[in-house]
Amino acid sequence: MNEQWAFVAILTLLAISVPLIAIGLAKVLRPKRPGTIKQSTYECGLETVGETWVQFKVQYYLFAIIFVLFDVETVFLYPWAVAYGKLGLFALVEMFIFLGILLVGLVYAWRKGALEWV
Amino acid sequence: MSMLLQESSAMRERLMHLLAGVLPEAWVGTGVVIGMSLLKATAIVLVIQIGMLYATWLERKLIGRMQDRLGPNRIGKFGLLVPFADMIKILTKEDITPRDAHSWVYNLGAILILPPALVGFAVVAFSSTLIAADLSVGLLFFFAIASTAVIPIFMAGWGSRNKFALIGAMRAVAQIVSYEIPQVLSLVGVLLLAGTLSMNQLVGSQGPLPAPGAEGAVLPGVWYIFLQPIAFVIFLLATTAEIERTPFDLPEAESEIIAGYHTEYSGIKFGMFYLALYFATIAAAAVTAMIFLGGWQPPVPAFLIPESGPITDFMYNSGWLWMTIKTVFLVMVFMWFRGTLPRLRADQMMAFCWKILVPLSLANLLVTGLLANLLAPLASPMAYLGAFVVANAILLGITLWAVRRWRERGSSGDFVFEVQPAAAPSGVGGGD
Repeated sequence: MNEQWAFVAILTLLAISVPLIAIGLAKVLRPKRPGTIKQSTYECGLETVGETWVQFKVQYYLFAIIFVLFDVETVFLYPWAVAYGKLGLFALVEMFIFLGILLVGLVYAWRKGALEWV
Repeated sequence: MSMLLQESSAMRERLMHLLAGVLPEAWVGTGVVIGMSLLKATAIVLVIQIGMLYATWLERKLIGRMQDRLGPNRIGKFGLLVPFADMIKILTKEDITPRDAHSWVYNLGAILILPPALVGFAVVAFSSTLIAADLSVGLLFFFAIASTAVIPIFMAGWGSRNKFALIGAMRAVAQIVSYEIPQVLSLVGVLLLAGTLSMNQLVGSQGPLPAPGAEGAVLPGVWYIFLQPIAFVIFLLATTAEIERTPFDLPEAESEIIAGYHTEYSGIKFGMFYLALYFATIAAAAVTAMIFLGGWQPPVPAFLIPESGPITDFMYNSGWLWMTIKTVFLVMVFMWFRGTLPRLRADQMMAFCWKILVPLSLANLLVTGLLANLLAPLASPMAYLGAFVVANAILLGITLWAVRRWRERGSSGDFVFEVQPAAAPSGVGGGD
């Protein structure tokens, strides 16, 4: 089993080196002609106005929070699902209650408008 | 392909002999592990690279045909050398880095976008014996690695120092994290029936051929697409959104937001995003084929295969052939979506995820849990098949009825499908 995880580690290293090799190869092969206008920020041909790193809308944050909630719920669901064959009816009812609580959370977020896209 | 397994143990012997002469005694074991892993990893990267190159060719030809034109046919016969021409072009283009771009975040975003797509292939089972790492948590591993792809996207958008790249990156991140929820929730139903997270065992439980190392009977013995059709549809749509293909490709659509988070990249760095997209497509197709379409299982039901004879041998030993056919079919389905469906608007996309897919996958989970409990004493694949088909049909009927009632009632502001005037949403944190 350790060998499998060692393989994953080596594949990760190889996978990180693939883009490095590709970029290195391109660095050798490509022309290099920097120019002031070429290197300015692209905005469909116009000049940029104002701050670039704009303040982003809070809606993105809300989606991220709701994602975290449901992701943690999924993390609890996976071991339950894998062990389901060996558990009885009690586990099913318990999980229904858990899902019910989270479903109430989803409905609350929905009604409060947290799922609206700005 | 069982020859490959014997050859790999022969290779391991030779590697051990080779290293025994070079390394001190205690390090030979580690050396063999690292050597074999390097060989397997290189093989995977090379094979998938060729697959990806021809996926780009297939996409251009297929979409061309769907649009009533030929697609590339000048370079090589039928345009088969187009991927190599593309490669040469991308490698020799000038790298125009914006002056104000944040130095290492910008570069790291381009470099790190590729590893998550490649590392996911560690758990893809090309055949019952050709799986690089049969981790006992293979399924969870795959989705965990796929989730890490969000970070380089945001790094690319932020490091480019471009308002539109930043907005595109934020939209992409919102889309990807949102669609991860129905993607993993829809699989819980499959897991309830399979009882294992290991990819090889999951494929083995779809019968008739058990995976190596399986204990007990092969249940449920049917492909999960028949037992969980709703979960299949949810998973397919959520995966299309995860890999940001049409109809969910708003963050990178050229006519919408220039090119979103990869606006400021040119040459090979843009090539990295392009490669990552195709690697992810192939990985997604392979994983869908394994989970729902029975991976390396033969495509005929068990009762049609004779007990022994050449047909039996052919069916059971060509796992790699079935897996390849299923993966290519699913890749073509993704391209079919791209050629046929128009793009979804950002609010339509998010509403579809949170208001339709998430409740539906939760409902599917509840129904599957109930049914799996009730069907546990029976051990026949046909009983599972019948019960689940009926239950899924009922669930689908209820969902379609509910959506239609929702549209007809005309409730204010909550619609997925209507064109809304730009009204403000009602009080998040306001006086409700």
